Amino acid sequence: MTGLFNKKSQAIFWNNNTEAIQRMLDYDYTVGREIPSVAALVIAAGARKFELFFFGSEQIRIPVYQNTQQAVENHPEARVFLNFASFRTAYEVTVDALKLKHFKIIMITAEGIPERMARMINVEARKQHITLIGPASVGGITAGAFRIANIGGTLENIIHSKLHRSGSCGLVTRSGGLFNELANIIAQNSDGIAEGIAIGGDRFVGTTFVDYLLLMEKDPKIKYMLMLGEVGGTDEYKVIEAVKEGLITKPIIAWCIGTIAENFSGSVQFGHAGASANSNMETARAKNTALKEAGFIVPDTFNGLPDMIQKTFATLKKEGIIEPIVEPEVRELPVAKRKNKNFICTISDDRGDEATYAGIPISAVATPDTGYNIGDVVSLLWFKKRYPKWATDFFETVLKTVADHGPAVSGAHNAKVTARAGKSVVESLVTGLLTIGPRFGGAIDNAAKYFKFAQDNNMTAQEFVAYMKNQAIPIPGIGHRIKSLKNPDKRVEGLKNYATRFFPQHQLLDYALQVEQETTSKKDTLILNVDGTIGILMVDMWRSLGYAETEIDEFISGGTLNAFFILGRSIGFIGHILDEKRLEMPMYRHPFDDILYDE
Amino acid sequence: MAQKPVREFFVKQLFAKEWDRYFTRLNYQFKSVLITPETQIEGILKANTWLQKDNLVVKPDMLFGKRGINNLVLYKNKKAGDVVWDFAKKWMKEKSKNETVLKSGQKGLLTHYIVEPFVPHEQEDEYYIAATSQGLEDVLYLSAAGGIDIESGWDEKVTTVFIALDDDEKKIKDKILKGLPKDVPTAKKNIFADFATQFYFFFRDMHFAYLELNPFVIKGKDLFLLDAVARMDDTAEFVMKEKWGAVEFPASFGMNKKIPEVEAIEKADHISGSSLKLSILNKKGRIWTLVAGGGASVVYADTIADLAGVSELANYGEYSGGPTAEETRFYAATVFDLMTREKNPNGKILIIGGAIANFTDVAKTFEGIVLAMKEYKDQLKKNKVKIYVRRGGPNYQEGLKNIKKTADELGLYIEVYGPETHVTEIVRLSVG
Repeated sequence: MTGLFNKKSQAIFWNNNTEAIQRMLDYDYTVGREIPSVAALVIAAGARKFELFFFGSEQIRIPVYQNTQQAVENHPEARVFLNFASFRTAYEVTVDALKLKHFKIIMITAEGIPERMARMINVEARKQHITLIGPASVGGITAGAFRIANIGGTLENIIHSKLHRSGSCGLVTRSGGLFNELANIIAQNSDGIAEGIAIGGDRFVGTTFVDYLLLMEKDPKIKYMLMLGEVGGTDEYKVIEAVKEGLITKPIIAWCIGTIAENFSGSVQFGHAGASANSNMETARAKNTALKEAGFIVPDTFNGLPDMIQKTFATLKKEGIIEPIVEPEVRELPVAKRKNKNFICTISDDRGDEATYAGIPISAVATPDTGYNIGDVVSLLWFKKRYPKWATDFFETVLKTVADHGPAVSGAHNAKVTARAGKSVVESLVTGLLTIGPRFGGAIDNAAKYFKFAQDNNMTAQEFVAYMKNQAIPIPGIGHRIKSLKNPDKRVEGLKNYATRFFPQHQLLDYALQVEQETTSKKDTLILNVDGTIGILMVDMWRSLGYAETEIDEFISGGTLNAFFILGRSIGFIGHILDEKRLEMPMYRHPFDDILYDE
Repeated sequence: MAQKPVREFFVKQLFAKEWDRYFTRLNYQFKSVLITPETQIEGILKANTWLQKDNLVVKPDMLFGKRGINNLVLYKNKKAGDVVWDFAKKWMKEKSKNETVLKSGQKGLLTHYIVEPFVPHEQEDEYYIAATSQGLEDVLYLSAAGGIDIESGWDEKVTTVFIALDDDEKKIKDKILKGLPKDVPTAKKNIFADFATQFYFFFRDMHFAYLELNPFVIKGKDLFLLDAVARMDDTAEFVMKEKWGAVEFPASFGMNKKIPEVEAIEKADHISGSSLKLSILNKKGRIWTLVAGGGASVVYADTIADLAGVSELANYGEYSGGPTAEETRFYAATVFDLMTREKNPNGKILIIGGAIANFTDVAKTFEGIVLAMKEYKDQLKKNKVKIYVRRGGPNYQEGLKNIKKTADELGLYIEVYGPETHVTEIVRLSVG
């Protein structure tokens, strides 16, 4: 593959530079990319999991991560790193990215990174054969394929400068503003550019003129190059060497700006940090002379460039090296159709002929012949994909196990009292449900949380028991009113048997059983109870399904486990409510003699 | 933000501050003072009693080299090493009176001197060392024959050691040991190699871009820095604040002294995330520029020099990186203020130029220029300023429309062009 980017290239963008990112996506849409050029954002202090952008008229979510490593783990296909950190942090951000040994192209926009730090980054980038654009660069573009951030300016300018489709010139400049200017000049005087880079204005930039020009030499789309150098540094001489050695054979139009500098005594520092001559060799005039002597196409002044481009282009066209371009149709950006959405839904869709659950039409899951059970529907709507049968069967086992625990438990009692007060099914149900919390039903969540925490931190069963005692927290999921090892809870036995037979792994259950050994040695009713077993097996299930530990932690903290209890127990509550309706029991009043009045 | 030369005094002060951390095997007595027009002589004499006891050497400390060749090193009255304070004081006063013209053609007023004790020594005790940053390497130059003649016969006298940025300490030491000049006396080889290694670490850690000691003298366990030249990487200031202390980056000798207006722009540039640069080249120049972009501003300056002659160009400057309207207003007002101080019978030209911006909002930055135009409308009119505008980029149509409208309403001469016109065409149009 030649060229820096193609239509499939994707980037991880460090910092939430919304305007630049939207410009990239607008370009993507205009040139007909199928996937957005930004795969993910890294926002160090980002609290949100995604940011919203427009791709054409559609609003899309781009995932946000708190560090580059996480972004890379989740988006391994994104090999371009766009570092938009400030000059104070750009070095650390780049070093972190380099450590991952993942990126092919790294671009740094910050201006004013200490030179030594910029050079260190460069050394490491070269070791890894990474193209390092910048520091102090506005980026680069492969016309019609991928654009970095703001390069090329507005979309209107992009199209005017024919940056939306490939031409035949390779453009390399230091300056970002002049890059734009030259892209425009090239478009007006030839068929535009195929690829262009603003290498950056600092004295020590990563990949430099000669590296890019060598790449362009190999790129069949590019028939000639334009290099705009500057006073300061000696990079242009390396290009001369490469041409002399025959490594570059395509014609190069070249000019170095800053010819005015030698008119001043002392050295003049221009706007770019690199633009100051430390020796005669570094002056613009010396470089222009050397370029001309080496056979480059060199005008008399910067303003002679348009003419040189026109002539070079005409010659190459005449020789048949450049073929005519059929101008592609430009996809118009539907800006007027853009509307910010207040709600986002990622689980179902009712806009088509038939509503879907995670993309599957309801009719394809509803009837028994579809092979989908209620466990499958839960997995589609709660986890956005169909889990394997052993997992959906586990869901159903859980739902059945927790459906009811008799009329005496507080939730059922409340539901019954409410029903007897003449309230409707829904009112009675929510009264029961509102009882669910840390004491009623909450053990499932907490068992998962604490047992996982203990195992994640490599505590032995003994250490865990001691730790919880220290914290003065009874171990959630341990203990039963009457059941013991000798008189086991059959529901727990059923769940354990199911897991050992069907789960691909059940490490946390095994760990919990070690803990049970510890606790029952103190008191024989301190067994792993049904809440604990469910919570722990859910963790084992997600681990078996390949979820990351962080994702599992989010499931737990988001209350997903409790949701199974709520769903299952609703069946029981409704049963009790309907029971009351049938019995037509009167309004309940608690007897005086059951209350201790102690004023 | 870039490599900036610093005074010899600053370099020696930094050596002194860091000495014990780097150069444990040698002693360095920091005996240097910087005399400026603001120096309280009494105080400095009190703090440095050696000034009135020792014989002295005095040199201008104003970034230019070859002071010996320019007869600007005071070390003798009747014979070498007999300069006393009163004589030195008289000499400085004398030298500061009139403009000094250097052999290089640079000219200016001498204002800053470094005063140190005279160090009697033999020519053979003089050594040379320098370090510089070059792309992926640092380069160390070593010689046993320091002094003003170092450049003649460089290849015979000086050895070169290339140090890769990721070389470890051992490798660096080995390279320096191998690269030691052959003519360093055997007895001093060890101490020279050790000094050279520590010198390199000092150079590296302190974010120097260039550091030269020519010559330095080793006498027993004592080291004397007779001369020092250095450029610092000023972008490292935010990490080096504590080590460097208050560092001054003076304008090079021969450049006009920075006027307060330019210093104010520098200060604004320092605070801002955007870039604001201004230097006055010739305050009597007829053509003033207000150009956006580090690259475009250079192209405008080149073109003005080509078409009108460099003497016509009054300033070099640029604003970029999306400055706010207020920052642009301040910047433009400063330029308007400076350009309307002295009338020219032929009137003046103001070039408001720029390439096609990538992300800078042209309408917003022009808003700032428009405000400044309103502020300075009378002065601009009185000075017969003709304004030529060329710019492209986000919202350029609105920006150009507003600036034209304002100038027309204020009765100022203006011509306005967009990206369809070649970037420097307005220079040609303005000078006819």
